[in-house]
This record gives sequence, structure tokens and C-alpha cells, in this order.
Amino acid sequence: MSADLTDDSVIRFARGVRLQHDRVRERWIIQAPERAFIPDPIAAEVLRLVDGTRTLGQIIADLASRFAAPVDVIGRDVHVMVSDLMTRQVLVA
Amino acid sequence: MTETILSPMSLLAELTHRCPLQCPYCSNPLALEPRKNELSTAEWISVLDQAAEMGVLQVHFSGGEPMSRPDLPALIRHAVGLGLYTNLITSGVLLNEKTFPALVEAGLDHVQLSFQDIDTANAEHVGGMKGAQARKIEAARLVAADGMPLTLNFVIYRENAERVPQMLEAALQMGARRVEIAHTQYYGWGLANREALMPTAAQLEQTTEAVEAARKKYEGRLTIDYVTPDYYADRPKPCMGGWGRRFINISPSGRVLPCHAAETIPNVAFPDVRHDTLDHIWREAPLFTMFRGTDWMPQPCRSCDQREKDWGGCRCQALALAGDAAATDPVCSRAPDHERIKAVLDTLPAEPPPFRYRRYARATDEVG
Ligand code: SF4
Ligand code: SF4
Repeated sequence: MSADLTDDSVIRFARGVRLQHDRVRERWIIQAPERAFIPDPIAAEVLRLVDGTRTLGQIIADLASRFAAPVDVIGRDVHVMVSDLMTRQVLVA
Repeated sequence: MTETILSPMSLLAELTHRCPLQCPYCSNPLALEPRKNELSTAEWISVLDQAAEMGVLQVHFSGGEPMSRPDLPALIRHAVGLGLYTNLITSGVLLNEKTFPALVEAGLDHVQLSFQDIDTANAEHVGGMKGAQARKIEAARLVAADGMPLTLNFVIYRENAERVPQMLEAALQMGARRVEIAHTQYYGWGLANREALMPTAAQLEQTTEAVEAARKKYEGRLTIDYVTPDYYADRPKPCMGGWGRRFINISPSGRVLPCHAAETIPNVAFPDVRHDTLDHIWREAPLFTMFRGTDWMPQPCRSCDQREKDWGGCRCQALALAGDAAATDPVCSRAPDHERIKAVLDTLPAEPPPFRYRRYARATDEVG
């Protein structure tokens, strides 16, 4: 569960879940069994970095450098977001 | 037309009407399509290409039993290659050690496996196939062991309504993360067998309570979707999220339909992919434009604040019960024909009549 989530956790999508670019409607969409939902723009940026090899720490570092923001601020937000997506069975670590 | 035309999100590909089972609640039309009329592999591939191009994101392979088509893995692989999310809606009786690996390899995302009951004798009585239950349980085991997401679907009717708690417990044991407890919908064969299938009000209440209790009990382990029979509701279902808004249904012979029961609508041509493009049909075919949006609506829908929520309910149900596909769905308590629903429920026989099984009209059409 999310309590175990650390910067060393490798993040991946749960089986049967994926992030997809919806070309026609120009947005990202999370496709999952029997449901689909639209991530907010920040969640989409995070999810685009989830590839089953990057750790949470690497994802945070990448975002921090791209958006020129402090690692600890971004880190807190991303932790919360990733644990939320884990309880919703979108991500696993 | 003043209505905006959205791009469809979801495609229901009814690959075949052939099925080893004969469920009397099947939503297929009474006139089942024989194998010789089915679209070819190349025709289905073109349908998938066109659908993806139009903005469809998910494809549900259904039937009949879609695993009756040997080209199913090829179609799944093609859909996956187009970036479509693939779901297989199956009875499971043809899913086994020999057939399943090809679906995994093709990249199938999700399986929805249906059960007639959790009681084997009754399940096989309803499905009309001996030995089906053991095959389904084995199918569930294979899918769960692979790790592919599995949703179990239990169709609820008069004879099995009391067993909802056992169904949910069994679903968990079988490794499902999601389960659908879906009361029969009264279209196609379900409508023909309505008197035998319709639960009583007390049974409906019992199943609702069972679902609520199980949602608490299995929280975090099992997600339960619950579909009620709308005959007992005050407001109709928003059929397919609105006519021609999100869903395309393709019949085995390539007819393009706004919903799986639309072939009952009289006095309109049924467009098909052998004669027109999917996009042109979606935008312009009268079958799609006739009930799209709110312009077609009669009163009381036309001035009702719910009109863009439930879209006036189900057109096929309005046709079946009020004799007019353009009427307000009689399920709605505001509908002029609402008393017809009451009449059906008030005259349910004490003893359910025997089933009329889902069969081809001519004995020569193959089933398996
Ligand atoms: S409802 Fe039953 S008969 Fe109809 S397609 Fe599904 S398994 Fe076959
Ligand atoms: S009157 Fe029409 S729009 Fe209003 S709730 Fe009934 S069916 Fe829906």
C-alpha cells in the first residue's frame, strides 16, 4: 500500500491500465477496466513518466528540473498524487 | 440538425451471434444472424481502422460468443496496434488452456466473463448447456492466474435473485477485482421471456440490500457494479449515454447501430459498413440523426430539466412498450404510457412460465 511508497519505489501502471493520448479530443486519458478517466494536466505530466523502470525519486527529479521548481515541494505533491492513484488501482509500486 | 455531433468513444463489436449457450435473457435480436452473413476478418479490420480514426478509444468484442470466431486474436492484435483499449465479453465456455494464450499474446486488456448463476444446476438449466459451469470456473482461473484484469458478470432474474451474496463471495474466490450484478434488461430475448425472468419488488429489494452489504464487507477488495431493472424505477436509464453520442454498435453482418436493440426500430434504413463509411453513417444516417440530441423529443421530455441527463430514456423500450420509438420511455413516471409498466408488474404470473430459449429460427444454422 501507499505507506510503503518511497523515493526508491519503481512505479508502474496496474495491469490493464494505461495512459493514452486522445488525439481527436486533444487530451490524455487513463484507460482502465470498465472505466476511463481524464487526469488533470499535472497528473498527466507525472503519468507520462511512469514506464515501469523509473523510480518515484527519478520522476520527481525530472519534473523538478523541467518545471524549475524545488524538489521537496514537487516531491510532496507527487507522493500524494501517486498514493491516491495507487488506492484507485491505477498505479502499483 | 442543430445538435453537435460528438466523436464516438466506444465500439461494441458483435462479431457473431453464434454461441454454445442459449440464455433466455440474451440481448441479441430474435432474428439471429447466420454465419454466412458475418463480416470477414478484412471487413472487421477496416471497421477498427475507421473507428480509431474517428476517435473511438475502447472496443468491446462481444457476440453471441466472440470466441466462436477463430480470427478473434488477430482482431484484438489489430485493435491493440491502433491504441484501442480491448475488452472481451465472453461466456467463457470456449476459453481454455488452448485458446487463452493467443488472447494474452495479442495484448487483450480485460476480460468480462458472464455467469448464469452460482448454482450449477440452475446455471446450466438457464444456459442450456451441460458442463458449462465447470468450463467457466476454469476460464476465470486461467484469466486470474495470468493476472489479466477480470470482471465477472452475473445476470439476475427471478430464479437466481436470492443467491446474490453467494455470487459475490464466489467472485472474490475466483480472483475477480470487479463484479457486475446486473438485473436482466428487457430487450431482445429478455423481453420475449419477461414473464419468466422479472423479479418481484421484494426480490429486487433483497438484491439491493445484498449488494450494499457486500460493498461494505469487501471494500477495497471487490468493486461491485449494480444494474437494476428499470421497470421498478421512476426515471429511465440514460440509454447509451444518449443516442449517437458515445456508442457505436456493429452487428455481425456489419449493420451500424446506436444501440444493440436498435434493429427493432421500424421504417428506417439500417446503414452498414459494406455500403458506407463508419464516419458518414455516424454523422448522417437517419438511424443516428433521428434521436440524436433533444430536438426530436415529445412532451413531457422536451421541457423537462432531465432531458440532457437521461435523454428521454430508451428508444427501444419506448417502442416495445408504448408502440412508438419517439415516445417518452414508459419507465418514466412522467410518461403518458407509464401505467403500462405498472400493468406488466401487476400481472406477473405467480409461477414463472417456461423459458423460450435463444435459438436460431432454422435448425440448420450452426451454433458452436
Ligand atoms: S447472453 Fe447467453 S446466449 Fe446470449 S450471447 Fe451471452 S452467453 Fe450467449
Ligand atoms: S420526462 Fe423525459 S426527460 Fe424528463 S425524466 Fe422523464 S424521460 Fe427523462
